Amino acid sequence: MLDKELRSMIGDVKDGRMNRRAFVQRLAAVGLAAPAAYQLLALGGVAMAEGPSAYKPTKRGGGGALKLLWWQGPTLLNPHFATGTKDQDGSRLFYEPLACWDPDGNMKLVLAAEIPSVQNGLLAADGTSVTWKLKPGVKWHDGKPFSADDVVFTWEYTKDPATATVTSGTYRDLKVEKIDDLTVKITFPKPTPFWADAFVGAGAGQILPKHQFADYIGSKSREAPANLAPVGTGPYKFVEFKPGDLIRGVINPDYHMANRPYFDSIEMKGGGDAVSAARAVIQTGEYDFGWNIQVEDDVLLRLEKGGKGKTIYAVGGDTEFIALNFSDPNTEVDGEKSSMKTKHPLFSDPAVRKALSMLVDRDSIKKAIYGRAGRTTANFLNGPEKFVSKNTTWEFSIEKASKLLDDAGWKPGADGIREKDGKKLKLLYQTSINGPRQKTQAIVKQACQKAGIDVELKSVVASVFFSSDVANPDTYPKFYADLEMFQIPLSQPDPSQHMRRYHSRYIASKENKWQGTNFTRWTNKDYDAAIDAADSEMDPVKRAALYIKCNDLMWQDTVFIPAMHRLKVEASANTLRPVISGWANETDNLFDWYREE
Amino acid sequence: MSQYVLRRLMIAIPSLLGISVVLFVVLALAPGDPFAELATNPNVPPEVQAALRAKFGLDDPIYLRYLHWLNAMLHGDWGFSFVSRMDVDTLILQRLPATLYVIGSAQILALLIAIPVGVYAATKPYSLFDQIANTLAFIGFSLPTFFTGLLFILIFSVTLDWLPFVYSTDIKATGIRWVLEMIRQAIMPVAVLGLFQAASMTRFVRSAMLDVIRLDYVTTARAKGLGQAKVIIKHVMRNAMIPVVTLIALQMPAVFGGAIVTEQIFRIPGIGSLLITSILSNDTPVVMAVTFVFACLVVLFNLIADVLYGWLDPRISLR
Repeated sequence: MLDKELRSMIGDVKDGRMNRRAFVQRLAAVGLAAPAAYQLLALGGVAMAEGPSAYKPTKRGGGGALKLLWWQGPTLLNPHFATGTKDQDGSRLFYEPLACWDPDGNMKLVLAAEIPSVQNGLLAADGTSVTWKLKPGVKWHDGKPFSADDVVFTWEYTKDPATATVTSGTYRDLKVEKIDDLTVKITFPKPTPFWADAFVGAGAGQILPKHQFADYIGSKSREAPANLAPVGTGPYKFVEFKPGDLIRGVINPDYHMANRPYFDSIEMKGGGDAVSAARAVIQTGEYDFGWNIQVEDDVLLRLEKGGKGKTIYAVGGDTEFIALNFSDPNTEVDGEKSSMKTKHPLFSDPAVRKALSMLVDRDSIKKAIYGRAGRTTANFLNGPEKFVSKNTTWEFSIEKASKLLDDAGWKPGADGIREKDGKKLKLLYQTSINGPRQKTQAIVKQACQKAGIDVELKSVVASVFFSSDVANPDTYPKFYADLEMFQIPLSQPDPSQHMRRYHSRYIASKENKWQGTNFTRWTNKDYDAAIDAADSEMDPVKRAALYIKCNDLMWQDTVFIPAMHRLKVEASANTLRPVISGWANETDNLFDWYREE
Repeated sequence: MSQYVLRRLMIAIPSLLGISVVLFVVLALAPGDPFAELATNPNVPPEVQAALRAKFGLDDPIYLRYLHWLNAMLHGDWGFSFVSRMDVDTLILQRLPATLYVIGSAQILALLIAIPVGVYAATKPYSLFDQIANTLAFIGFSLPTFFTGLLFILIFSVTLDWLPFVYSTDIKATGIRWVLEMIRQAIMPVAVLGLFQAASMTRFVRSAMLDVIRLDYVTTARAKGLGQAKVIIKHVMRNAMIPVVTLIALQMPAVFGGAIVTEQIFRIPGIGSLLITSILSNDTPVVMAVTFVFACLVVLFNLIADVLYGWLDPRISLR
């Protein structure tokens, strides 16, 4: 669909010449999913309709106990100290944000009363501020009223460098002020098209009660009793917490959503591994829900036969990729390998990069490893739908790859390995230790071998690979290899944070102690310009086009070879109706869960 | 005797100090840091990671960190977990009951099987009973606990649906129902661990008994007309137990360690699983504390063994 046409349609809806339903239907006719259409409307300045809820129970409680199994148990219950999604999940049982994301990536109101938009005057047309109206009558679990003060306090708490919260990145550049008891205004330093980061979602959005944390801001943050015994506004009240083992909660009889929650009590058990978690939910039915079931698909299919549960999937934007190193990992300049002063001796030939991309057999990887949990893709950016490029294709062909290399002058040597100008096509391919990753490595290596490329495989313990330890040569930002494979989660239905990472400004180097996020050391002026433009582009259609352009630039230059678009996999009892979003944490939509008998 | 115990205690202190230095250095040199998972989170700016490292003193030199740790430890402060920001002693105390209950029961089960079977087999060597006991013992200690654990789960939980395979610290029932539930959920882990222990211990008890049973004083006792039971229990067993006590005492810390696998399989929130998750998340203070507790256990059980020797054979403590 043409940009112009789409924009005039959004204009029609704004002016009331077309209704929302007709708009969505027209977009659906050209292959754009309803949620994406709604988002276009929302970010285009039209109030976003809340996603429909499938919640059926007509009264609060009566659902018995809900038993959740998290094979990595939450270790702390302050969401702003969370070291992983497990901690955000545990905290989210009790704390709440202003809004969260539903399975389609629509905004869902939690503590806010209204979704901000230009129409209702809550969102500034130039994107420099957003005003949130809070739900009246919401109470903390200890009976104190929830108000704008708590929202402002959460901002003060998280942005304080001495508190050292892991969410400070979201809050430190904003200004949050109280307008009245039920209104807060966020001011951004520059136009911010994705204004729904602060106070939204489980990652950074959970709001803390001022009266519990006011005395523990800054360096005393660790001493707050509420770090271990949260007092929130959520559907369940805190009862007990044993780090890594157990969280217990009971129904909040004053919960602010009608007829919710359904369950009388909740238990989150931690520990063990993903396979046995799948077994306890799917096969024996000891638990109702199992989190993040990273298990081979044929194992799951076997468990599902005649079992008491099933697997469920949620589509988000997570991509398992192979990154190419654009600098030379084997030459040291000023005490630094993979330095920007070097060029990769083999990858400086685009034919080599293109050939490699053709040697990744996505179909086999899907069949042998991911099954229902993966989708093949040529794109680095795989969601939300409106940001996904339709201009790219992938192909697996050993013949074509070989021909490409032949034409570029890479001829097989006596040992069968291709070479040119005395340089042999020998690559080091590293990843973190993880079953599916090692299998993917093997599949890629085999195809490369057939095409005359020698690939040496290396796997590093995840805790080292993903660490920020400057002294260790095996971390992914140092990238002392030719290829490396992993996944960076896309935790919000907006690609801005994610795509910004590969701007040449953020190249990881000795100078910034390898804290830069662009580890491929790829630089492209067009990419940088598109990212900078998208960061303050308020026109949703133009903005989507910019991110699509960024994706296509990466695809043309073969910076990342996407191996699989990964879905979230969960195990659920047959009778349970969990609501899982690929754009949110598993417990984010917990208030909508119920059981169908 | 008291002087003897005192002497042993004095030796224990420098050993513990030495152990703590080694542990600390090894952990400090190990790669990775507790905030590894934050590295891929786009919400976390690199400065925050650097600030966290500085706040928790991860960038200080090793000797300084050790001295801090030692000083705090001498004041009874075990430090706090980087990952859950909770005091380490609270964390360990929370995990201790489950470990003691499961491992203690397993150890008792092992003793209850090993001693009578080993003793009886030794009194009738190469009899049918002895041969069956030997074969079972060989099978027992050749099968690793992760294998038997999984086998038990498949048989008793999945196929027969008799026992739960997720250990729960939160049983809803009260009174006698609670006790029964506690027993029910411990059956599989205790059996897995206990049978494994019993197998090796049976072999040991049998050979220790055989060594003693052939000695002259036993023949003398028999010649005096004492009954078989009295000879075995009063004269043979007491002496044969000396090496057995050593084995059991020195095995105790190893049992805590060996239970790590069992704790993982059955999701028992014990010290072993705490150690494993802490190692995986590079939570140094917890790893340090748990391993140090293991070290203390080794020293303590050595001491207990020494004292027991003194009681079993008074000549030892006189030297």
